[in-house]
Amino acid sequence: MSTLTVTRRTRLSTVVLILLAPILIALIAAPWWAGRADLRLMGEIALYMSLATLWNLLAGYAGLVSVGQQAYVGLGGYLFFALTMLAGIDPYVALPLAALAGAVIAAPVAVLIFRLRGAYFAIGTWVMAEVFRLSFAQVSALGGGSGTSLSASIVRGMADGRAAREAMAWWLALGVAVLVIGAVVLFLRSRQGVALTAIRDNEVAARSLGIDIWRSKFIVYVVVGGLTTLVGCLIFLQKLRISPDAAFSVNDWTAFVIFIVVIGGIGTIEGPIIGTLVFFALRETMADLGTLYLIALGLVAIVIMLKAPRGLWGFLRDRYNIEIFPLSRRVTGLNKGA
Amino acid sequence: MSAILELNGVSKAFGAVVVADDQSWTLDKGEAMGVIGPNGAGKTTMFNLVTGNLAADAGVIRLNGETISKWPAARRCRAGIARSFQVPQPFAHMTVFENAYVAATQGAGLSSVQADKLCLDVLERTGLLEKSNVKAGGLTLLERKRLELSRALCAKPSVLLLDEIAGGLTEHECHALIQTIKDVRETGVSIVWIEHVVHALLAVVDRLIVIDFGKKIAEGAPEAIMQSDAVREIYLGLDADA
Repeated sequence: MSTLTVTRRTRLSTVVLILLAPILIALIAAPWWAGRADLRLMGEIALYMSLATLWNLLAGYAGLVSVGQQAYVGLGGYLFFALTMLAGIDPYVALPLAALAGAVIAAPVAVLIFRLRGAYFAIGTWVMAEVFRLSFAQVSALGGGSGTSLSASIVRGMADGRAAREAMAWWLALGVAVLVIGAVVLFLRSRQGVALTAIRDNEVAARSLGIDIWRSKFIVYVVVGGLTTLVGCLIFLQKLRISPDAAFSVNDWTAFVIFIVVIGGIGTIEGPIIGTLVFFALRETMADLGTLYLIALGLVAIVIMLKAPRGLWGFLRDRYNIEIFPLSRRVTGLNKGA
Repeated sequence: MSAILELNGVSKAFGAVVVADDQSWTLDKGEAMGVIGPNGAGKTTMFNLVTGNLAADAGVIRLNGETISKWPAARRCRAGIARSFQVPQPFAHMTVFENAYVAATQGAGLSSVQADKLCLDVLERTGLLEKSNVKAGGLTLLERKRLELSRALCAKPSVLLLDEIAGGLTEHECHALIQTIKDVRETGVSIVWIEHVVHALLAVVDRLIVIDFGKKIAEGAPEAIMQSDAVREIYLGLDADA
């Protein structure tokens, strides 16, 4: 019995961990091997992967089903434009500053909407996002309802030449995706993260075992708010133009993200990553078909919900008992045969 | 001996239905107390009031002399009150080990390394060690009840509230359970145990209270209580005067 140990590693997770470094190096080197259009697409994929991972932490783990995360995407975009153009702050300083501001703003919002439960909470988050949208439409310095463009001097100031700028945009997007996924994995592995997983499964038991549920959810909401704001900055740095309707679009920043997480597998780390890849594969192959593309998206969602209600990854995991990111704590050394 | 847990005039009603009626009792340090009463008498409700899963309408609950009546459930657990649920409430998508780990890190506030050690130790004692890597949702009812006990123990309680954990066990399993609870008691944990399997209860507890219609109707040494008219009336339907 003295040989019992607790570990998180599985054979698959070790293999993936070893593969991770070369994959990451290849991705960092993308500006040298990928075309301009590909680089832009990969940047978009990285940012959507971040949004999906964050929404999954919120809805899949903390049980906070928000349909208003566009509030923070838009906030990020506007904060980045305001900080750089109006306040004259260096773009690289503006990014962390905006993320911090997003978290600070998320705190009172959380206090307010946490009074709502279930469907009412979801509606409340949407209303919040609308409040944000209408507020920014009032700011004439940022173009009011018609929006504004990022001034060329700021864009030029970020890197010399077009190629360098595009490489920089990709590195920032990749960096944020790695930061977000890494932070979520580390968080879920921590004691606090295990507590959050427990809340996901059973709130009554979690409360009775000493977990402060409100506090756990509050921390998650605020951190997700801050990081979503950061992703928002990069989305609009890539677009170079912002308007209230684009910044606070429930379709682009929440509906598609929910689709990604649900088909990939809610409540798993791998789900949003796989979901993002499936979503972009569908979009890139079918976007020319116009309306048919949206019908296909709907069909995919329906088929997956009927055949694999826990998403693609949930289905694979339940079937083969696998895990790429090592989260589970397993006891090894049990005498199975004896 | 000094009191570790004390209820004074605790009441709770849902509309016109009184589920706890002016309950007062104390639990001494290191003591094991049994609770009996018919189904629906308010025994589990009493636990819910002590753990904070329900808020009392009136009365005071004290732990080690400190008033905890207004504390949320999580804080009461961290202060040393742990319970098992009559209807098991597992974290279904987490493994047995992780279920215990949550209690050890949150309820007992242990570091990860300390928690690993405690969980393995407790799971061995409750006979669930072999099931460590099984998802709790895949356990049988009896295993789920053992998981309830394991989790409560991993929270390192000073007061352990057990809610019907012996039902459905074979003679041999019941004997093992009694031994486990006696061992827990040896470590200085005070116990309140709701149980319909009276012989298991009598093997462990020093004192019994009887609850009916939310009221404490009798209290005393187990043998005397089991012989009392009040209990005979409740369980056997005898007229107290007969």
